[in-house]
Amino acid sequence: MADFLQQVVSGLASGGVYALLALALVLIYRSTGVVNFAQGEMAMFSTFVCWELIDRGLPYWVAFFATLAISFAGGVLIERLVVHAVSRAAAITVVTVTIGLLIMLNGAAAWIWKGEQRTLENPFGTRTFDVGGVVVAVQDLGILVVSLALVAALWVLFQRTRLGLALRASALNPESSRLHGIRVSWMLALGWGLAAVLGAVAGMLVAPTQGSFDQNLMLPVLIFAFAAAVLGGLDSPLGAVVGGLAVGVILNLVGAYIDFFADLRLPAALLVILAILLLRPHGLFGRAAVRRV
Amino acid sequence: MLAARTAIRVLGLALFVAVVVVVPSRISEFRASEFALIGIFFIAILGLNILTGYTGVISLGHGAFMAVGAYTTAILMLGRPGLEAGGLSPPDWLPVGDGMKDVYTIPIAALVAALAGALFGLPALRLSGPYLALATFGVAVATPSVIRKFDSVTGGSGGLNLFDSPNLTGAIFNAVHVPGGRTLTFNDWLYYLTWTIALALFVVAWLIHHSRLGRALRAIRDDEIAAVASGVGLAWHKTLAFSLSALYAGVAGSLLAMSAFSVQPGAFPVDRSIALLVGLAVGGLGSLVPLVAGAVFLVFLPQWAQDLSQAPGVPAVIYGAVLIGLMIVLPTGVGGLLRRVLGPLTSRLYPRSQ
Amino acid sequence: MPLLELEDVQARYGAVQALHGVTLDVDERQVVSVLGANGAGKTTTLRAISGTVRRSGSIRFDGKSLPRSPEAVARSGIAHVPEGRGTFAELSVDENLRLGAYSRRDRSGYERDLAAVVKHFPWLDERRDQQAGTLSGGEQQMLALARAFMSRPRLILVDEPSLGLAPLIVRRLFDVLRAWIDEHGMSALVVEQNANVALQHSERAYVLEVGRVAVSGTADELRGNEAVRRSYLGY
Repeated sequence: MADFLQQVVSGLASGGVYALLALALVLIYRSTGVVNFAQGEMAMFSTFVCWELIDRGLPYWVAFFATLAISFAGGVLIERLVVHAVSRAAAITVVTVTIGLLIMLNGAAAWIWKGEQRTLENPFGTRTFDVGGVVVAVQDLGILVVSLALVAALWVLFQRTRLGLALRASALNPESSRLHGIRVSWMLALGWGLAAVLGAVAGMLVAPTQGSFDQNLMLPVLIFAFAAAVLGGLDSPLGAVVGGLAVGVILNLVGAYIDFFADLRLPAALLVILAILLLRPHGLFGRAAVRRV
Repeated sequence: MLAARTAIRVLGLALFVAVVVVVPSRISEFRASEFALIGIFFIAILGLNILTGYTGVISLGHGAFMAVGAYTTAILMLGRPGLEAGGLSPPDWLPVGDGMKDVYTIPIAALVAALAGALFGLPALRLSGPYLALATFGVAVATPSVIRKFDSVTGGSGGLNLFDSPNLTGAIFNAVHVPGGRTLTFNDWLYYLTWTIALALFVVAWLIHHSRLGRALRAIRDDEIAAVASGVGLAWHKTLAFSLSALYAGVAGSLLAMSAFSVQPGAFPVDRSIALLVGLAVGGLGSLVPLVAGAVFLVFLPQWAQDLSQAPGVPAVIYGAVLIGLMIVLPTGVGGLLRRVLGPLTSRLYPRSQ
Repeated sequence: MPLLELEDVQARYGAVQALHGVTLDVDERQVVSVLGANGAGKTTTLRAISGTVRRSGSIRFDGKSLPRSPEAVARSGIAHVPEGRGTFAELSVDENLRLGAYSRRDRSGYERDLAAVVKHFPWLDERRDQQAGTLSGGEQQMLALARAFMSRPRLILVDEPSLGLAPLIVRRLFDVLRAWIDEHGMSALVVEQNANVALQHSERAYVLEVGRVAVSGTADELRGNEAVRRSYLGY
């Protein structure tokens, strides 16, 4: 039982990071209907920016918040310069553009930071404590707390502020939103900026857990974030969080308890998610689009 | 007007065939293998187009069906003796044969891939839009590790080597004797084989486009509910589209195995599936002939980027930037551009993209 | 001086020209309607004003040249209730009303205007948490008007308010529109296919034919016009 709980706890910790990146995906999907393949690479790039700032002598938390600001500006810029240009094109065109961004950001990071392994400080320290036989790392707990706090902050932004209402309205009915005086195209850019910030946090939290990192840091995380977003429902922020945590736990349990799948953790987890999707085709919390004919 | 259109079509196809026939005599050996690779990607993109272009289902998992085709060909070519000689132990119940000539494995690879496509098409019936796209992405992600898992037939990470197989036509240094007494180098042989099959499959795709089936698939893309209301069987047509497009991918994979004399799980990473979608977007969703441009893009752009700079990361930056720029300038791909230019002349020649 | 003046306004959708030069004006505290057959350019006229279709020609609002982007038009005091009512179906009634007030600079007026709107549509208050998409067609049209009122517009553009609604509800909508004009000094430009209804409730009207103004005048004049009566009123 303690072993089982141990697997669940460490699954929740990695799930927190998946949740953050999944939330970023959901943010962009809700506002623009685009699945952003470059989300992971945006996060990776932010992580490098943070590393660079620390390398140049900034204290960790200064670098952390500076990175958030830079990431926000970067996300807004990407939407304005690139994504906006294809906003009226078919889905495959927009997806291809985000794939182009993925390739470009990955290459740019390899170019700028020479493709070498870097290490990023762990803000939570390496202490662990024991809860009834289950070892909990402060770092894991920190990741989980930060993730949940961000989710709560986003919820407040979206549900309790005028700006959040405008963001939601722009995503749901852009035409009508413009008639109400909402600058819809800026709302979309804002959505990308916020998504970039979430990704930056995910990257800066996950990098220390890997020991060292290079430009391929976020590729596997992106895959799990996709799985999490789909599992929770692409249009549901709550779903992204639950999905992220669930994916973390499923991955751990499947690998640990089913022998056949020991070296098939990833396919097995994907299979579980597919099975859930077959029961709920729009994810656990997603809404089926109601269509009038 | 109708006669004019038909004439343009026939003329276009004749020109296409003429170019394909003449190319080897104008280019080097090495180039011939690259042009064969273009043919292979062309086949795969044609197949993806049947699913994505007509049915509107974005698939990010077609590399997996290519892998199915490639491994089917490799395993059948080696047969039980070849596999066991390589230290593998395929299960007794698996009908791997005693080694089969490479060309004969192509239709079998096609059928096995089509079957795999149909199987995947079943769960896909429940899903739609981005959920389905990401489910196919999951298949692509899982492919390499699944191949490694069944290493008793697939050879695990090392893959299967076909270089020494007596069933590989021509091998690399031997000339290939073709009917009519002529001999071809291996690369030229591969080129002709690939493009003959590509042209045949192109004609099939064209026929599908202009058939009842093609209209039904496009009806599903444009409006599922209206299509059903008009009597289009959704389940059957979607499964068929998956299966057909997987069949094309299987043929492409089979040819890829021959051209590389080997198969490895590493040859079918997620990137492969993503590249096919990129090729389709560049060629133009719902187009046919312009899809060649997508295949050319996939083969030559990475090389060209490498030629410009060898610095780490720079080729990727160039590749990504060109791709983004291309999508901004030509959001409907090369096919969309051609439609706009030739539109007044041949208003119905190319299918409408969405 | 009229509140809104259109002079030789033209607009096109791709290769198709929808407006061939429309000239019309709306005075303060008036209901002016735009009549015409399908495809005459009624909806396009409203869209040209609110900036949702690109136009040429001059539009002056309150003596000043009107901006061309929908956001700026909304901020300058024109509310547009479009075809399909522009409902945010997934949001609550309350959130819809808040979006109506989005373009306003004075936030203090929100509660006051909400009270004024609720006075005319009492049911809105009881159902503030209901999802707007679950309202009936008539209720959604009322919500659309209420949302427009919340921005305290000087001019409201309404596209086919009677579409698909029972005559009793249509009458009620126009009554509220009139009452709001009297109370708050607003003007309205209403597009209608149902000429009977429109002429009953407006001071003046314009009849569009293929993107041009064919006939215009007071409601009484148009009712007396033989051609208009035969083509649009059906008696």
